[in-house]
Amino acid sequence: MSTATSAPPMIKASGVNKYFGDLHVLKEIDFEVPRGQVVVVLGPSGSGKSTLCRAINRLEPINSGEIQVDGKPLPAEGKALAALRADVGMVFQQFNLFAHKTILDNVTLAPQKVRKVSSGDARKTAMELLERVGIADQAQKYPAQLSGGQQQRAAIARALAMRPKVMLFDEPTSALDPEMVQEVLDTMTSLADEGMTMLVVTHEMGFARRAAHRVVFMSDGEIVEDSTPSDFFTAPKSERAKDFLGKILTH
Amino acid sequence: MFDFLSEYDVLGAFWLTVQLTFFSAIGALIWGTILAGMRVSPVPLMRGFATAYINLMRNTPLTLIILACSLGLNQTLGMTLAGQNFEQQNYRLAILGFIAYTATFVCESIRSGINTVPVGQAEAARALGLGFTQVLGIVVLPQAFRSVIGPLTSVLIALTKNTTIASTIGVAEASLLMSEMIENESDKIFLVFAIFALGFVILTLPTGLILGWVAKKAAVKR
Repeated sequence: MSTATSAPPMIKASGVNKYFGDLHVLKEIDFEVPRGQVVVVLGPSGSGKSTLCRAINRLEPINSGEIQVDGKPLPAEGKALAALRADVGMVFQQFNLFAHKTILDNVTLAPQKVRKVSSGDARKTAMELLERVGIADQAQKYPAQLSGGQQQRAAIARALAMRPKVMLFDEPTSALDPEMVQEVLDTMTSLADEGMTMLVVTHEMGFARRAAHRVVFMSDGEIVEDSTPSDFFTAPKSERAKDFLGKILTH
Repeated sequence: MFDFLSEYDVLGAFWLTVQLTFFSAIGALIWGTILAGMRVSPVPLMRGFATAYINLMRNTPLTLIILACSLGLNQTLGMTLAGQNFEQQNYRLAILGFIAYTATFVCESIRSGINTVPVGQAEAARALGLGFTQVLGIVVLPQAFRSVIGPLTSVLIALTKNTTIASTIGVAEASLLMSEMIENESDKIFLVFAIFALGFVILTLPTGLILGWVAKKAAVKR
């Protein structure tokens, strides 16, 4: 890992604290996502993992501490923040495709409006991406006409169209019917295989085992464990991780 | 029974009502949208201005606003809006007053429409790097508009009827002619009322029907 020391990590959080009113949802979070790695964040509901994911592109502002993306601290507001977000792809639990636009327009919108790519080029890239996620035949439909799995794959294509440096996935399969989870995970796995830097908040243990370089376990707003998937799943160190794994892996 | 009608230009008067409504509606839609944008903007000064403006205008009687446009803006401050004569000036000032007043209702309708757009839509747009005006103009407002065509139709119908207040500053729209006819044809008062009531129904009923159909067509499926 000699290259990792020369370039700054893609995401670096240090001493991050976040409150929702009196509730302390992120407690002194320190962690890194090195370039090219897939980091999976696991943890029970309410552990702060989604908040952490959303804090990285400042959809949730933090109260103290610092988050750096690609060596630069997060800008506070305005154009600089928009420019940073353009480089950070995000996939949401609820897909959040623009409901009044076709799938193709969803994918071409940001490259045209933010990157000022010509409509022809944006279209070409969009069709390639839709082809890659396997829904090129749905390009002219509206989001509501697609299944959940197809919508989420379209959302991944939309994020990729901006050619992001890093992708954030905020529980991308939690709102899907069980039979559609796999198609989305397959898309994410192929993305990981291509070397995309990814931070994935998920409940999919299978994906964590197969695709993750590292697993971060969060509980009550703290990072409790940060280890390799094999270590985490076979030999968790903390009681909270053992308890969590005991609940989800026994049945 | 209807012979006396030939002495009056009823169609011409209603045509002026249509014109007043049309230009006021366009202006109110534009100004109301800008106000709505200001009300949801992150800049406190803009939010403050829009809120103050709406509270002031919406709670002021329209008659007062229209009179203030004529007596205050025109006769005291000399604003003519490039009108060549008294009639044209008052016609334009009336439109200005209707825009200033109706825009507050347009704004509040649009704002309620913005609330129907799921937060995730704006978040996704922001996460892609779009700025505030782009998020609002490309993602949020187009969806908000589609959900408030119904309420906006009510605003438009109210505006159509409110244009009768322009008669207070001598704009020769339908109700001014009605007043004149009531004075001259005192034996046919109910007939005169009926004619003008019917005239307004003919204007507003199709508006409601057509826009109701448009609202159904334009609805965003989620």
